Amino acid sequence: MKRLSTLILTLTVFAAPSFAAETAKDNYAAYCVQCHGLQGNGMGLNVRDMSVQPRDHTDAKAMSGRSDEELFKVIKEGGLAVSKSVLMPAWNDVLTDEDITNLVSHLRELCQCTYGK
Amino acid sequence: MRSLVTVLALGLAATPALALDLQKKCATCHALTGPAAATLSELKARTGPDLFYAGNKYRAEWLSSWLQKPTRIRPAGTYYEDHIKPGAKHDEIDASTLTPHVVLNQDDATAATKALMALKANAALIDDQPFKAGSSPMGEMSFDKFYGCMACHEIEPGYGGQSGPEVYTAGRRMTPQFMVSYITNPQAWNPKGLMPNKHVPEANIPKLVNYMLALAKEDWQ
Repeated sequence: MKRLSTLILTLTVFAAPSFAAETAKDNYAAYCVQCHGLQGNGMGLNVRDMSVQPRDHTDAKAMSGRSDEELFKVIKEGGLAVSKSVLMPAWNDVLTDEDITNLVSHLRELCQCTYGK
Repeated sequence: MRSLVTVLALGLAATPALALDLQKKCATCHALTGPAAATLSELKARTGPDLFYAGNKYRAEWLSSWLQKPTRIRPAGTYYEDHIKPGAKHDEIDASTLTPHVVLNQDDATAATKALMALKANAALIDDQPFKAGSSPMGEMSFDKFYGCMACHEIEPGYGGQSGPEVYTAGRRMTPQFMVSYITNPQAWNPKGLMPNKHVPEANIPKLVNYMLALAKEDWQ
Protein backbone atom coordinates (compact mmCIF):
# COMPACT_ATOMS: atom_id res chain seq x y z
CA MET A 1 0.00 0.00 0.00
CA LYS A 2 2.80 2.31 0.90
CA ARG A 3 4.48 1.48 -2.39
CA LEU A 4 1.26 2.31 -4.24
CA SER A 5 0.96 5.62 -2.42
CA THR A 6 4.54 6.44 -3.29
CA LEU A 7 3.86 5.57 -6.93
CA ILE A 8 0.75 7.74 -7.03
CA LEU A 9 2.59 10.60 -5.37
CA THR A 10 5.48 10.22 -7.80
CA LEU A 11 3.15 10.14 -10.80
CA THR A 12 1.27 13.15 -9.49
CA VAL A 13 4.42 15.17 -8.97
CA PHE A 14 5.95 14.32 -12.32
CA ALA A 15 2.81 14.13 -14.46
CA ALA A 16 1.22 17.37 -13.34
CA PRO A 17 1.76 20.15 -15.89
CA SER A 18 3.87 22.93 -14.51
CA PHE A 19 1.72 26.02 -14.66
CA ALA A 20 4.03 28.30 -12.80
CA ALA A 21 2.41 31.64 -12.10
CA GLU A 22 3.83 34.40 -14.26
CA THR A 23 4.76 37.74 -12.75
CA ALA A 24 2.70 40.78 -13.72
CA LYS A 25 5.82 42.31 -15.21
CA ASP A 26 6.37 39.28 -17.46
CA ASN A 27 2.72 39.11 -18.50
CA TYR A 28 2.76 42.84 -19.27
CA ALA A 29 5.92 42.42 -21.33
CA ALA A 30 4.46 39.52 -23.30
CA TYR A 31 0.89 40.57 -23.95
CA CYS A 32 0.58 44.32 -23.31
CA VAL A 33 3.83 45.82 -24.59
CA GLN A 34 3.05 45.01 -28.24
CA CYS A 35 0.49 47.83 -28.19
CA HIS A 36 1.06 49.77 -24.95
CA GLY A 37 4.80 49.99 -25.45
CA LEU A 38 8.04 49.10 -23.73
CA GLN A 39 7.60 52.18 -21.56
CA GLY A 40 3.86 51.67 -21.02
CA ASN A 41 3.20 55.02 -22.67
CA GLY A 42 0.82 53.72 -25.36
CA MET A 43 3.51 53.91 -28.04
CA GLY A 44 3.89 50.22 -28.78
CA LEU A 45 5.20 48.49 -31.87
CA ASN A 46 1.70 48.08 -33.32
CA VAL A 47 0.38 51.65 -33.05
CA ARG A 48 1.58 52.92 -36.45
CA ASP A 49 -1.60 52.04 -38.33
CA MET A 50 -4.10 51.75 -35.48
CA SER A 51 -7.35 53.68 -35.77
CA VAL A 52 -7.55 54.09 -31.98
CA GLN A 53 -4.41 54.69 -29.96
CA PRO A 54 -3.75 52.44 -26.96
CA ARG A 55 -4.04 53.85 -23.45
CA ASP A 56 -0.96 55.56 -22.02
CA HIS A 57 -0.50 53.68 -18.76
CA THR A 58 1.86 56.34 -17.46
CA ASP A 59 -0.81 59.04 -17.74
CA ALA A 60 -1.74 59.49 -14.09
CA LYS A 61 -4.63 61.83 -14.85
CA ALA A 62 -6.37 59.43 -17.24
CA MET A 63 -5.53 56.30 -15.29
CA SER A 64 -6.76 57.75 -11.99
CA GLY A 65 -10.13 58.08 -13.67
CA ARG A 66 -10.41 54.31 -13.98
CA SER A 67 -11.28 52.14 -11.00
CA ASP A 68 -9.44 48.90 -10.36
CA GLU A 69 -12.67 47.07 -11.22
CA GLU A 70 -12.84 48.80 -14.61
CA LEU A 71 -9.21 47.98 -15.34
CA PHE A 72 -9.80 44.35 -14.36
CA LYS A 73 -12.87 44.18 -16.58
CA VAL A 74 -11.20 45.66 -19.65
CA ILE A 75 -8.24 43.28 -19.38
CA LYS A 76 -10.43 40.27 -18.80
CA GLU A 77 -13.30 41.03 -21.18
CA GLY A 78 -11.78 43.45 -23.67
CA GLY A 79 -12.45 47.02 -24.78
CA LEU A 80 -16.00 46.43 -25.99
CA ALA A 81 -17.03 45.32 -22.49
CA VAL A 82 -16.42 48.87 -21.25
CA SER A 83 -17.59 50.65 -24.42
CA LYS A 84 -14.03 51.12 -25.64
CA SER A 85 -12.17 49.91 -28.71
CA VAL A 86 -12.39 46.38 -30.10
CA LEU A 87 -8.64 46.66 -30.63
CA MET A 88 -8.21 45.89 -26.93
CA PRO A 89 -8.87 42.14 -26.83
CA ALA A 90 -10.22 40.05 -23.95
CA TRP A 91 -7.33 38.22 -22.30
CA ASN A 92 -9.35 35.82 -20.15
CA ASP A 93 -8.33 32.83 -22.25
CA VAL A 94 -4.67 33.53 -21.56
CA LEU A 95 -4.61 35.13 -18.12
CA THR A 96 -6.13 33.92 -14.88
CA ASP A 97 -8.11 36.24 -12.59
CA GLU A 98 -5.07 36.30 -10.32
CA ASP A 99 -2.84 37.29 -13.24
CA ILE A 100 -5.25 40.09 -14.10
CA THR A 101 -5.47 41.34 -10.51
CA ASN A 102 -1.68 41.47 -10.43
CA LEU A 103 -1.65 43.32 -13.76
CA VAL A 104 -4.00 45.95 -12.32
CA SER A 105 -1.49 46.49 -9.51
CA HIS A 106 1.25 46.74 -12.12
CA LEU A 107 -0.73 49.41 -13.95
CA ARG A 108 -1.02 51.40 -10.71
CA GLU A 109 2.76 51.27 -10.42
CA LEU A 110 3.16 52.46 -14.00
CA CYS A 111 0.82 55.42 -13.52
CA GLN A 112 1.92 56.09 -9.95
CA CYS A 113 -1.72 56.70 -9.22
CA THR A 114 -4.82 55.28 -7.57
CA TYR A 115 -8.48 55.66 -8.45
CA GLY A 116 -9.55 59.23 -7.87
CA LYS A 117 -6.02 60.46 -7.13
CA MET B 1 4.26 9.69 -34.59
CA ARG B 2 7.62 9.18 -36.18
CA SER B 3 10.26 11.60 -35.09
CA LEU B 4 11.66 14.04 -37.59
CA VAL B 5 15.06 12.41 -37.49
CA THR B 6 13.53 9.04 -38.35
CA VAL B 7 11.53 10.45 -41.20
CA LEU B 8 14.46 12.44 -42.46
CA ALA B 9 16.63 9.38 -42.27
CA LEU B 10 14.06 7.47 -44.31
CA GLY B 11 13.80 10.28 -46.82
CA LEU B 12 17.53 10.62 -47.10
CA ALA B 13 18.60 7.04 -46.61
CA ALA B 14 21.70 7.53 -48.72
CA THR B 15 22.90 10.40 -46.55
CA PRO B 16 21.71 9.80 -42.99
CA ALA B 17 24.39 12.10 -41.60
CA LEU B 18 22.94 14.97 -43.56
CA ALA B 19 19.48 14.08 -42.27
CA LEU B 20 20.70 14.22 -38.70
CA ASP B 21 22.42 17.50 -39.42
CA LEU B 22 19.22 18.93 -40.84
CA GLN B 23 17.23 17.72 -37.88
CA LYS B 24 19.67 19.37 -35.50
CA LYS B 25 19.53 22.59 -37.47
CA CYS B 26 15.74 22.71 -37.26
CA ALA B 27 15.64 21.78 -33.58
CA THR B 28 17.98 24.64 -32.67
CA CYS B 29 15.08 27.08 -32.98
CA HIS B 30 11.93 24.99 -33.42
CA ALA B 31 10.09 22.49 -31.22
CA LEU B 32 9.80 19.31 -33.27
CA THR B 33 7.96 17.49 -30.51
CA GLY B 34 5.16 18.73 -28.28
CA PRO B 35 3.73 19.93 -26.11
CA ALA B 36 3.50 23.68 -26.65
CA ALA B 37 5.21 26.02 -24.21
CA ALA B 38 3.57 25.96 -20.77
CA THR B 39 5.29 29.08 -19.43
CA LEU B 40 6.39 32.41 -20.83
CA SER B 41 10.03 31.52 -20.30
CA GLU B 42 9.51 28.37 -22.36
CA LEU B 43 7.73 30.41 -25.02
CA LYS B 44 10.56 32.95 -25.22
CA ALA B 45 13.15 30.18 -25.48
CA ARG B 46 11.58 28.99 -28.74
CA THR B 47 13.12 31.29 -31.30
CA GLY B 48 11.17 29.79 -34.20
CA PRO B 49 7.54 28.72 -34.52
CA ASP B 50 6.58 25.28 -33.17
CA LEU B 51 6.82 22.65 -35.89
CA PHE B 52 5.52 19.57 -34.09
CA TYR B 53 2.20 20.07 -35.86
CA ALA B 54 3.68 21.33 -39.15
CA GLY B 55 1.80 18.69 -41.14
CA ASN B 56 -1.48 20.07 -39.88
CA LYS B 57 -0.52 23.67 -40.55
CA TYR B 58 1.46 24.24 -43.71
CA ARG B 59 0.92 23.76 -47.42
CA ALA B 60 3.72 21.43 -48.51
CA GLU B 61 4.42 23.24 -51.79
CA TRP B 62 4.85 26.54 -50.00
CA LEU B 63 7.06 25.01 -47.31
CA SER B 64 9.46 23.47 -49.83
CA SER B 65 9.67 26.69 -51.81
CA TRP B 66 10.12 28.89 -48.74
CA LEU B 67 12.90 26.75 -47.28
CA GLN B 68 14.90 27.38 -50.44
CA LYS B 69 14.20 31.10 -50.45
CA PRO B 70 13.14 32.12 -46.95
CA THR B 71 11.73 35.58 -46.30
CA ARG B 72 10.73 37.15 -43.01
CA ILE B 73 7.11 36.36 -42.13
CA ARG B 74 7.09 37.85 -38.65
CA PRO B 75 8.32 41.44 -38.96
CA ALA B 76 9.55 41.52 -35.37
CA GLY B 77 10.74 37.92 -35.15
CA THR B 78 9.10 35.00 -33.42
CA TYR B 79 8.89 36.75 -30.05
CA TYR B 80 8.58 40.47 -30.77
CA GLU B 81 9.73 41.77 -27.42
CA ASP B 82 13.25 40.49 -27.99
CA HIS B 83 13.48 42.52 -31.20
CA ILE B 84 12.10 45.97 -30.43
CA LYS B 85 13.44 49.21 -28.98
CA PRO B 86 11.88 52.57 -28.11
CA GLY B 87 11.71 54.85 -31.17
CA ALA B 88 11.06 58.52 -31.84
CA LYS B 89 7.31 58.04 -32.32
CA HIS B 90 6.70 54.53 -31.03
CA ASP B 91 8.54 51.28 -30.38
CA GLU B 92 10.43 50.09 -33.43
CA ILE B 93 11.90 46.86 -34.69
CA ASP B 94 15.58 46.51 -33.88
CA ALA B 95 16.67 44.88 -37.12
CA SER B 96 20.17 44.26 -35.77
CA THR B 97 18.71 41.57 -33.49
CA LEU B 98 17.01 39.61 -36.26
CA THR B 99 18.76 36.73 -37.96
CA PRO B 100 17.74 35.27 -41.34
CA HIS B 101 16.44 31.72 -41.65
CA VAL B 102 18.88 29.12 -42.92
CA VAL B 103 18.62 28.45 -46.68
CA LEU B 104 18.22 24.83 -47.82
CA ASN B 105 19.10 23.45 -51.21
CA GLN B 106 16.36 21.78 -53.23
CA ASP B 107 17.09 18.23 -52.05
CA ASP B 108 17.25 19.21 -48.40
CA ALA B 109 14.12 21.33 -48.72
CA THR B 110 12.25 18.42 -50.28
CA ALA B 111 13.40 16.03 -47.55
CA ALA B 112 12.68 18.52 -44.75
CA THR B 113 9.23 19.24 -46.16
CA LYS B 114 8.44 15.53 -46.33
CA ALA B 115 9.59 15.10 -42.75
CA LEU B 116 7.74 18.15 -41.46
CA MET B 117 4.52 17.26 -43.21
CA ALA B 118 4.57 13.94 -41.32
CA LEU B 119 4.38 15.81 -37.99
CA LYS B 120 0.66 15.69 -37.37
CA ALA B 121 0.13 16.57 -33.72
CA ASN B 122 -3.19 18.15 -32.73
CA ALA B 123 -5.01 16.41 -35.59
CA ALA B 124 -8.15 16.34 -33.44
CA LEU B 125 -8.27 20.15 -33.67
CA ILE B 126 -8.50 20.09 -37.45
CA ASP B 127 -11.77 19.65 -39.32
CA ASP B 128 -11.36 16.67 -41.62
CA GLN B 129 -13.83 18.13 -44.09
CA PRO B 130 -12.43 20.26 -46.93
CA PHE B 131 -12.79 24.00 -46.45
CA LYS B 132 -15.36 25.46 -48.80
CA ALA B 133 -13.62 28.49 -50.24
CA GLY B 134 -15.86 31.31 -51.28
CA SER B 135 -16.17 35.04 -51.56
CA SER B 136 -15.47 37.10 -48.50
CA PRO B 137 -18.16 39.72 -48.16
CA MET B 138 -17.21 42.03 -45.33
CA GLY B 139 -14.04 39.97 -44.90
CA GLU B 140 -11.70 42.92 -44.77
CA MET B 141 -14.13 44.92 -42.66
CA SER B 142 -14.39 41.98 -40.26
CA PHE B 143 -10.64 41.50 -40.10
CA ASP B 144 -9.74 45.15 -39.66
CA LYS B 145 -12.67 46.68 -37.82
CA PHE B 146 -14.99 44.11 -36.24
CA TYR B 147 -12.31 41.91 -34.72
CA GLY B 148 -9.30 44.21 -34.80
CA CYS B 149 -6.92 41.56 -36.20
CA MET B 150 -5.02 44.25 -38.09
CA ALA B 151 -3.81 45.66 -34.80
CA CYS B 152 -1.16 42.93 -34.69
CA HIS B 153 -0.97 41.70 -38.30
CA GLU B 154 0.08 43.41 -41.52
CA ILE B 155 -2.56 43.07 -44.23
CA GLU B 156 -0.17 44.34 -46.88
CA PRO B 157 3.55 44.99 -46.81
CA GLY B 158 4.19 47.87 -44.42
CA TYR B 159 0.58 48.29 -43.31
CA GLY B 160 -0.82 46.90 -40.06
CA GLY B 161 0.56 45.63 -36.78
CA GLN B 162 3.98 44.06 -36.58
CA SER B 163 4.00 41.85 -33.49
CA GLY B 164 2.18 39.03 -35.27
CA PRO B 165 2.98 37.27 -38.55
CA GLU B 166 1.99 38.95 -41.82
CA VAL B 167 -1.40 37.77 -43.00
CA TYR B 168 -1.20 38.83 -46.64
CA THR B 169 0.70 35.61 -47.34
CA ALA B 170 -1.16 33.46 -44.78
CA GLY B 171 -3.33 31.83 -47.43
CA ARG B 172 -0.24 30.70 -49.33
CA ARG B 173 1.49 29.31 -46.28
CA MET B 174 -1.24 27.59 -44.30
CA THR B 175 -4.19 25.35 -44.96
CA PRO B 176 -7.60 26.93 -44.53
CA GLN B 177 -8.53 24.19 -42.03
CA PHE B 178 -5.61 25.22 -39.84
CA MET B 179 -6.55 28.89 -40.03
CA VAL B 180 -10.12 28.06 -39.04
CA SER B 181 -8.91 26.02 -36.09
CA TYR B 182 -6.35 28.56 -34.91
CA ILE B 183 -8.77 31.48 -35.06
CA THR B 184 -11.40 29.39 -33.26
CA ASN B 185 -9.10 28.66 -30.34
CA PRO B 186 -5.49 29.92 -30.49
CA GLN B 187 -4.81 28.65 -26.97
CA ALA B 188 -5.61 25.06 -27.99
CA TRP B 189 -2.48 25.25 -30.18
CA ASN B 190 -0.38 27.55 -28.05
CA PRO B 191 -1.71 28.26 -24.54
CA LYS B 192 0.88 30.96 -23.81
CA GLY B 193 0.87 32.40 -27.32
CA LEU B 194 0.35 36.09 -28.01
CA MET B 195 -2.81 35.80 -30.08
CA PRO B 196 -5.97 36.27 -28.02
CA ASN B 197 -9.16 34.35 -28.65
CA LYS B 198 -11.48 36.89 -30.24
CA HIS B 199 -14.43 34.52 -29.91
CA VAL B 200 -15.38 35.02 -33.52
CA PRO B 201 -18.77 33.38 -34.12
CA GLU B 202 -18.37 30.12 -36.02
CA ALA B 203 -20.34 31.45 -38.97
CA ASN B 204 -17.97 34.42 -39.34
CA ILE B 205 -14.68 32.53 -39.29
CA PRO B 206 -14.91 31.49 -42.98
CA LYS B 207 -15.21 35.19 -43.86
CA LEU B 208 -11.85 35.87 -42.25
CA VAL B 209 -10.25 32.83 -43.87
CA ASN B 210 -11.69 33.63 -47.29
CA TYR B 211 -10.38 37.16 -46.90
CA MET B 212 -6.88 35.79 -46.23
CA LEU B 213 -7.16 33.38 -49.16
CA ALA B 214 -8.10 36.31 -51.42
CA LEU B 215 -5.25 38.44 -50.04
CA ALA B 216 -2.78 35.65 -50.79
CA LYS B 217 -3.63 35.79 -54.48
CA GLU B 218 -2.41 39.35 -54.84
CA ASP B 219 1.00 39.98 -56.30
CA TRP B 220 3.00 40.68 -53.15
CA GLN B 221 6.75 40.82 -53.63
